[in-house]
Amino acid sequence: MSEKILNAGSFSVDKAARIQGEPEGVSRLIPLWLRNWRTPEVLLRLLSPIVLLLAWELASELGLIPQRIIAAPSQIGGTLWAMIVSGELGKHLLVSLQRALLGLSIGVSIGVVAALITGLSKRGEVILDSPMQMLRTIPSLALVPLFILWFGIGEFTKIALIVTGTTFPVYLNLFSGIRNIDPKLIEAANTLGLNRRELIWHVILPGSLPAFFVGLRYSLGISWLALVFVEQINTTAGIGFLASDARDFMRTDVIVICLLIYSVLGLLIDGLIRTLERFALAWRPSFVRN
Amino acid sequence: MSNIESLAAPVQLRNVVRQFGQQRVIDSLDLDIAPGEFVALLGASGSGKTTLLRSLAGLDSIDSGQLRVPKARAAVFQEPRLMPWKRAWKNVILGLRIPDAKERAVQALTEVGLAHRLDAYPATLSGGEAQRVALARALVREPKLLLLDEPFAALDALTRIKMHRLIIELWRKHTPSVLLVTHDVDEAILLADRVIVLAHGKIAEQLTIDLPRARDTGQDGFQAIRARLLSLLGVEVDVPAAVGQAAVSGVRRFAHG
Repeated sequence: MSEKILNAGSFSVDKAARIQGEPEGVSRLIPLWLRNWRTPEVLLRLLSPIVLLLAWELASELGLIPQRIIAAPSQIGGTLWAMIVSGELGKHLLVSLQRALLGLSIGVSIGVVAALITGLSKRGEVILDSPMQMLRTIPSLALVPLFILWFGIGEFTKIALIVTGTTFPVYLNLFSGIRNIDPKLIEAANTLGLNRRELIWHVILPGSLPAFFVGLRYSLGISWLALVFVEQINTTAGIGFLASDARDFMRTDVIVICLLIYSVLGLLIDGLIRTLERFALAWRPSFVRN
Repeated sequence: MSNIESLAAPVQLRNVVRQFGQQRVIDSLDLDIAPGEFVALLGASGSGKTTLLRSLAGLDSIDSGQLRVPKARAAVFQEPRLMPWKRAWKNVILGLRIPDAKERAVQALTEVGLAHRLDAYPATLSGGEAQRVALARALVREPKLLLLDEPFAALDALTRIKMHRLIIELWRKHTPSVLLVTHDVDEAILLADRVIVLAHGKIAEQLTIDLPRARDTGQDGFQAIRARLLSLLGVEVDVPAAVGQAAVSGVRRFAHG
């Protein structure tokens, strides 16, 4: 039992005694490992989703949730497995990933080049910044009709829409990253005798990298959003096609699978960027401390 | 002043003026710093100290007058101003175009007692360590003129004492001319050969400090110089009678100009 000792104004509590003591009463019947059992936090975290899934499943079984509203979890799982095994899911996934990555890499490249031009030169800013700011305010999906007229309804339009969506977050963030470099560091670089090229390479670019990554994350999110949209117009492959096809056949299980895929891929790509940051920004206090 | 002498002084200012709008921050200033001389610059805020140092560092221009400084000069500021994305040794040799760069960086960091922190990122360095890296970065360039802009102001008292010793040691080894801008009167007396008090962009007073080194604040004559400088800066201090007597002679002994 707890024991309190009071002497000479000091005070201590001894709690260790309890664990050593022999069990008393009914608790003697429960084995030791079970008495000391502590539920891992992971299991506790999973508890509410599992309960929710079970309730959903039960409601579907009992006919409380009709299948045309949403399929039962067991059915979704079965369909998912079948699509993975047949390779159908893999095929569509690959097409979607290619579209997203192609659009994203073109968009990010344009954003980076434009930001370097406007960020590093006053004249570049005067010439290029206002058109970029004007274009930025147009929602890229509003360009769909025009793009379809110009480029037809094929692959080019789809990629072009992802490009227009992903250029600006990178542009804006990198531009402000370049302009917000601590002027004291620039001054220090000047007293150290760095020329302009060295200043850009050793000070400005590494200093604006964190801002670039912020932009890259936004762009990634937008590329995903644009993908969902463009894949529902006149496509024969891709996750978006899968979803719109499923809608026509009222396959709620397939639609849910598509949603799952989008969210899992989004998480994966975000994880990838985090890993990239960990390497590229190893110098940042938040990374070096741990 | 003879021609040979003027060639010898690495820093020469003649009638230098720097003004922002109507306000003359530096007003017809004349200043020579001899080779290897350690000069401390005192003055209230807004007296033009920092502006002067920035002009000497080439970070600011002057409006009229003549300013001659050696090309080989380096500056250490109140903040270390290290590039956070570069490891300590890369910071040291930043901007140097020499083949055996790493070797020189190791050498310079060893000199300031940081041989074990070569690969550290600035974020992991303590304030004193970061300032020592900044010092190594300045000295690795073998400057003829070392500009120090309150480099110890942000350090704790104990670290500051160590840094004072280090700076004297390095100054003796590399023998650059030094211009130290500081608010700390004790620091100025401890370190400098000559203390200049700047007021309204002009030299109000300069004292040659010929106290023997290594100096300490308890030294004979130290308190007298301190009281004199503080009164020039507008702070009156009571000097005990016994010391006061020494103070008068002290001032007479050390006052200059």
